[in-house]
Amino acid sequence: MDTNTILVGLAGVLALAAPILFAVIGETITERAGIINLSLNGTILLSAIGGFAVACETGSLLLGFLMGMLVGALVALIVAFSSITLRQSQVAVGFVLALLGRDLSYFLGTPYMNISGPRLAALPIPFLKDIPVLGPLFFRQDVLTYLSFAIIFLVWLWIFRTRPGLMLRGIGERPAAAFVRGANVNLMRYVYTIIGGAVIGLAGPAYSLNVKAGWMGYQSGLDGFGWIALSITIFGGWNPLRAAFGAYLFSLLQWLGLVLQPVLPGIPSQVLQVAPFPLMILTLLLVNISNAEWVERMLAAMPEGLRHVTTRLLRAMRASPPASLGVPFESE
Amino acid sequence: MDVELRDIYKTFGAVRANVGITLRVPAGTIQGILGENGAGKSTLMKILSGFMRADSGGIILDGRPVSIHSPADAIRCGVGMLHQDPLDFPPMRVIDNFILGRKGGLLPGQAEAARDFKRLAEQFGFSLNPDSYVDALTVGERQQLEILRLLWLGARALIFDEPTTGISAAQKEKLFAALRLLAEQGKTILFVSHKLEDVEGLCHRVAVLRQGYLVGEAQPPYTTKNLVEMMFGKSISAGERNPCAGGGSTLILDNLSVEDYRLKVRDVSLDVCRGEVIGLAGMEGSGQGLFLRAVSGMVRTVGGRILAGGKDLTGKSYHAFKRNGVAFLPAARLEEGLVSGLNLTEHFVLSEPPDGFFINWEQGGALARERIAGFNVKGTPASTVESLSGGNQQRALLALLRDPLALLLLEHPTRGLDIESTIYIWSKLKERCKQGTSIIFMSSDLDEILQYSDRVLVFFSGRVTPPLDASMLKTDKLGQLIGGKGWDEFTTGKSA
Ligand SMILES: Nc1ncnc2c1ncn2[C@@H]1O[C@H](COP(=O)(O)OP(=O)(O)OP(=O)(O)O)[C@@H](O)[C@H]1O
Ligand SMILES: [Mg+2]
Repeated sequence: MDTNTILVGLAGVLALAAPILFAVIGETITERAGIINLSLNGTILLSAIGGFAVACETGSLLLGFLMGMLVGALVALIVAFSSITLRQSQVAVGFVLALLGRDLSYFLGTPYMNISGPRLAALPIPFLKDIPVLGPLFFRQDVLTYLSFAIIFLVWLWIFRTRPGLMLRGIGERPAAAFVRGANVNLMRYVYTIIGGAVIGLAGPAYSLNVKAGWMGYQSGLDGFGWIALSITIFGGWNPLRAAFGAYLFSLLQWLGLVLQPVLPGIPSQVLQVAPFPLMILTLLLVNISNAEWVERMLAAMPEGLRHVTTRLLRAMRASPPASLGVPFESE
Repeated sequence: MDVELRDIYKTFGAVRANVGITLRVPAGTIQGILGENGAGKSTLMKILSGFMRADSGGIILDGRPVSIHSPADAIRCGVGMLHQDPLDFPPMRVIDNFILGRKGGLLPGQAEAARDFKRLAEQFGFSLNPDSYVDALTVGERQQLEILRLLWLGARALIFDEPTTGISAAQKEKLFAALRLLAEQGKTILFVSHKLEDVEGLCHRVAVLRQGYLVGEAQPPYTTKNLVEMMFGKSISAGERNPCAGGGSTLILDNLSVEDYRLKVRDVSLDVCRGEVIGLAGMEGSGQGLFLRAVSGMVRTVGGRILAGGKDLTGKSYHAFKRNGVAFLPAARLEEGLVSGLNLTEHFVLSEPPDGFFINWEQGGALARERIAGFNVKGTPASTVESLSGGNQQRALLALLRDPLALLLLEHPTRGLDIESTIYIWSKLKERCKQGTSIIFMSSDLDEILQYSDRVLVFFSGRVTPPLDASMLKTDKLGQLIGGKGWDEFTTGKSA
């Protein structure tokens, strides 16, 4: 394999990661506010067929993407309404919506099976595209992939560098303390859940209008992305930069599965296709390993200097969830 | 700012927390609010600070009636409150906590905030690093942060809900100095406490609440007896020290070492006899908490041996410790000791050894009723634990302990409790000592340490004194050791 093929492949990995990225970033925004939107898998499938259908009917890609965001926002609204206003279990509602969205998308998608629709074209950026290595990797992508790069940093900036972002973290961490500081906790939870939902809703059309354009029902290969995105949100420690790393790692593993298939004929292709999933779980375990009892015991047995270093390393790696994730807030 | 509460009523179901309370506090005054556990102090303060709505009654600030419906309203009117448990964000940095809630543009304006923070902190002599994380701070430091934050937001009346529970003596001095300075600046201070000595030493005047009513006001010079009678409606006195029951050791520590990422406690040797009480003194985070958790089996030791009830338990699990009669009552009652959402009956059922697959609710309810009466808990078998006041939570925890116990480990057994509850809790603990249970407890209250322990271990940044005889120890000597002075005699003693 020459360098060029590898570069093209890696550029593909970046593009392939866009749908997962949108889902993960959207979920990160939502969970930072203390709400779990578990409907991801259903939302993504529904926004994929919704976006594809609108783009087919109107011929406008833009409308297709907007449709995806609208679907995402609406599902999120249901999650917010039932958990914040009706005080129902976020987990139960999310699960039901995940299943419902999935079945609904397959049902609604029947008329659009296997027809060719519009597809987003690449938009190389002049000058930048000619930079060696970086050019083919980053600057010969399409608009949506550029957007996926941008959103990582924008959301990171919002959460960690702005005043409203600080309050957002506060709301997810300790709503009572945020309330004392003047936040309208439940209103903000609505707002962030809906915005997060709209971002999640981009994941569907990012797939059905770009990565793998078209709708093939059960064969689309999109089913399951939502669940993986949920786990990457946790692995990412509710930080967009870490989450992006997780999303890219997952896409890379998927791509490697495809590339290695001809090189390793001894291994059944199914193994390589499925491998990214357990590998992700393994990574998750490694990140959260410091919680385990046997690690504590191992640490106690280490010589002093090594123990100190390891303890610090484990502490830095551990990400703690927003402390009030999934906990409803009621002011007295 | 002149603060006036007029005819405040508040009930929770059948509980009348505030009944027609009227109180005037002129600007520049430190007003003490005294009352036993459950008297309604926090409720009244939460109403003033907008955290709760009164059923009826009014708030008048500087002569003008105001309507305060939320904490944001309160701070806009210049009223800020430090809650009993600091309402801050532990995983965030000090400066982020400081900024959070301040109105302004999109960017937080860190540089400007850091400048103001530094200026304010200097004014009160607080040394807080704006970049450290709040979960690494002591309760005292978290209070300091909240004071600075509220002042920055323009608070002219400040409410302190039991600020002296859980902070060191030195931090208390600093806090009191800051409060006096604030009063001189014309700020109004409402100081809620049930510690008489704090109120007597600090407050310009005192109002006493009992069972929701304002039962009296007092001005200096105070007489303790008078205040106590107002608080409880009767006079009470502390119990006596009990002699050691004698007869064998319950716990032997042999060169025990334990550490976490901040602190090392090295080579502690101790032999605790039946019925003995060992007090652990030291500033918060000096190693006594870590030591206590190691002895309870919750934290793994890195050296030495632990023998309890004649068995070597070194490196064994918490459950092995428990099986051998070691019990641990943590300070964070609601986080580690009790299960929020479960009621008292459910707690009693859970704490009994399993007896069949199905729960016998009738028996559980009877047990709960019996223990509730036996430990004087103000609650019913159906009360959830979070609805109990602090003192009653602690009574419930003690009532949950199983018989018989070899060793009882307590973290701040009476933190946040009024005198009557404190005396009651200790009388129950001493009853256990008579039955042969040994007790090791930590406390930041020097008087409690000296009054109730037989021997004392003093901790200072991980260093530990040999066991000191409590009857020979004076308060000022103990205070010095806690502050890190006068340790030379032990260093030479140990190497010999
Ligand atoms: N949110 C609530 N729901 C139900 N009952 C409550 C609530 N808050 C307080 N109470 C009850 O109101 C009474 C007064 O409680 P409050 O917290 O004001 O007492 P306190 O004087 O602050 O006591 P402590 O010294 O233990 O803090 C208690 O009987 C308590 O159980
Ligand atoms: Mg209180």
